[in-house]
Amino acid sequence: MRMKRMAAVAAVAGLAVAMTACGGDSDEGGSGTGAGGIVGKAESQNKLVIGVKADQPGLGLQTGSQYEGFDIEIAKIIAKGLGVEESGIEWKTTVSANREPFIEQGTVDLVVATYTINDERKQKVNFAGPYYIAGQDLLVKADSTLTGPDQLAGKTVCSVTGSTPAKRITENYPDAKLQQFDAYSKCLPLLENGQVDAVTTDDIILAGYAAQDQYAGKFKVVGSTFSDEPYGIGLKKDDTDGCEKVNEILKAAAEDGSYKAAWDATLGKSGTPAPELDTTKLTHCGAV
Amino acid sequence: MSTSNVLYDHPGPRAKVRNAVLSVVFGVALLGLLYWIYTRFDQANQWEPRLWEPFTRSATWTQFILPGLWATLKAAGVGMLLSLAFGIVFAFGRLSDRWWISVPAGMVVEFFRAVPLLLMIFFIFYGVPFLIKGPVTAFWAVVIGLTLYNGSVLAEAFRAGIRAVPGGQSEAAYAIGMRKNQVMRMILLPQAARAMLPIIVSQLVVLLKDTALGYIVAYPELLQRGVNDLAANYGNIIACAIVAAVIYIVINSLLTWFAGWLDRRTGVRAFRVPKQTAPAGADSTPEGGATVSEPQG
Amino acid sequence: MDVFTDPENLDAFVSGFVWILKLTGASAVCALVIGVLLAAMRVSPVPVLRVFGAAWVNIFRNTPLTLVVFFCYFGLYATLGLSLSQELDVNIYWLGVIGLSTYTAAFVCEAVRSGINTVPTGQAEAARAIGLSFAQTLRIVVLPQAARSVIAPFGSILIALCKNATIVGTIGLVEASSVMKDLLNSYGNAVILIFLVFAGTFAALLIPTGYFFGWLANRLAVKR
Repeated sequence: MRMKRMAAVAAVAGLAVAMTACGGDSDEGGSGTGAGGIVGKAESQNKLVIGVKADQPGLGLQTGSQYEGFDIEIAKIIAKGLGVEESGIEWKTTVSANREPFIEQGTVDLVVATYTINDERKQKVNFAGPYYIAGQDLLVKADSTLTGPDQLAGKTVCSVTGSTPAKRITENYPDAKLQQFDAYSKCLPLLENGQVDAVTTDDIILAGYAAQDQYAGKFKVVGSTFSDEPYGIGLKKDDTDGCEKVNEILKAAAEDGSYKAAWDATLGKSGTPAPELDTTKLTHCGAV
Repeated sequence: MSTSNVLYDHPGPRAKVRNAVLSVVFGVALLGLLYWIYTRFDQANQWEPRLWEPFTRSATWTQFILPGLWATLKAAGVGMLLSLAFGIVFAFGRLSDRWWISVPAGMVVEFFRAVPLLLMIFFIFYGVPFLIKGPVTAFWAVVIGLTLYNGSVLAEAFRAGIRAVPGGQSEAAYAIGMRKNQVMRMILLPQAARAMLPIIVSQLVVLLKDTALGYIVAYPELLQRGVNDLAANYGNIIACAIVAAVIYIVINSLLTWFAGWLDRRTGVRAFRVPKQTAPAGADSTPEGGATVSEPQG
Repeated sequence: MDVFTDPENLDAFVSGFVWILKLTGASAVCALVIGVLLAAMRVSPVPVLRVFGAAWVNIFRNTPLTLVVFFCYFGLYATLGLSLSQELDVNIYWLGVIGLSTYTAAFVCEAVRSGINTVPTGQAEAARAIGLSFAQTLRIVVLPQAARSVIAPFGSILIALCKNATIVGTIGLVEASSVMKDLLNSYGNAVILIFLVFAGTFAALLIPTGYFFGWLANRLAVKR
């Protein structure tokens, strides 16, 4: 009797243990709040944790164990400028909603993830850059006659729940119907099938999707942007030194051509020429 | 009452014919529906090899699906252990003779049963860091959310189980001089745990499925890695979702099967748990082996 | 602390919970009907029906609701072309109702089945002895008695259903959890307050519901 009931209790516990066995490897790749910010960390540890997107073709896409895209190349340039080898970079997947928390909590050292600089975010984090000026645009079927957001009345537009592009549609174009999901990759099959008339977010992101093999020739980016989205590199709010250093690295990258090379290796493949990096627009770090 | 064939007579010749006809009619209708769905998916090009070919590549499994599955199992495993501990502690808490233990324990359990897990995980990830002035990883946000909710459900299950142990058991234990603590620990809990085993395990299935809500804080579990991220590479989101669903069904069926096996293994129960009397009922009676857990997530 | 004094936010808050209640209401009715039918299939003399009922339960009980809801949108609507309304959010709402009720029906079915198990064997035997058919036995004798013992599990299922309604947010319905996420993004300094208001509203709706079902189950309990 005793054996049996012990067996029952042990079995329940055993089930749970079996499922957690070897579950001890830690989940955090935190950087800690090392004094001296990223410059200090890069020097002393030769390591950086960089937050990037994993689901945006052309910008930040995880393909197997690798990440690839324009943001990834920019991140590599910055790491190199800080003296960190490519092998010293730990990539960390972020989504739009957790970029500020990741920086504030020290889960990542830097964020290079289609990260628009704005005042609200500046309250929480520091931005270097911008390294690219994107703008909200529409992705439509190749044969669509839509030419801009003004024609969206009665049309269905797909975007990501709670994102800035989605909010701009509800506020400025209330006659458009808005379909929201948690990822853009869910919008594209709907655009292909015709359930939605357009997908909206930053032009550069849309271009990345349009250039994917399986959608080649099916979609086009309308090309009339209706916002300015300066992409910055996010770091800890008090890390002014790190921010200035990153700006220097970006400036150097524009001059020695590595910025252009980063573009050509990724988004440039679709034929779009590399943009000029306007180094006069680099932010005054720490000035809110 | 066994449902095997108490509800209808042993079929005679006419009933057999009728059952056969019904079987064929229903079967054909069902196959027709499935075939229609198949052709509609075909028209929408959902069976195109291009969409399914990625699943023959090893990188799809080693880089996306298996790491996602591992993250799912890891969160579920840790969540299961903590939920069981939480459940036992709060079941005892609610059964305590001291009101200043039983009342707060009851409030905690009732509150966490009533708040959607989606809200809990979201709050733990974004809100709690403000309170503790430190980071909460996505992993712990998911695990703690799962623990609070499923632990509360298990607390109710344990409580119902403990109350259902025949009174003679604890009376006999007190009679031989055991303290309340000993009676609970050595007499009531082991018997309750065995009687409630089916409910416990089906709640663990619920817990495993609930890890899917980790996507909300970008926890890289099976849906995040195997559906969202994989589809970003190949644009085959429906195919990815079908594969993920099959994986969930297989794993949960195994877990359910294991529960059934365990139930049979542990032999004839000493007593049967009567119908629930707890507020908001702790789910169901394990009689006859059928169990109902809370269908969250 | 001005989050909930802004009429715009207040409207969003109210409409978020109205969607939750509508989803819960419609899905509860559908899930009850489908679930009882499934339970009847599972105990019926026709093998194909039994297999169908069992398959339904095993598939839907073992799939995360997020995926079930996903398939309703991308399978039923986007691929099979089932459009339920011209209005975008009404369409999503009905697709959500389909997902919630097919999923919840699996749990209702299992509750009813274990409820049937609590009816003494003699009841069904007596029904058969006086010549009632399977359908009559179930409808007139067994289910009415089983109904009393499934009230408590039904309470749990209803509560879970109401919470699960938040998952319809993943296919784009702006229900309570989506509204909360939006507000959290816009009012980072009032995170705790926002959570407490939303969680508190769910608790205020669901804890009394739980006690009501507990009371009802006790009142209608069959003394055996």
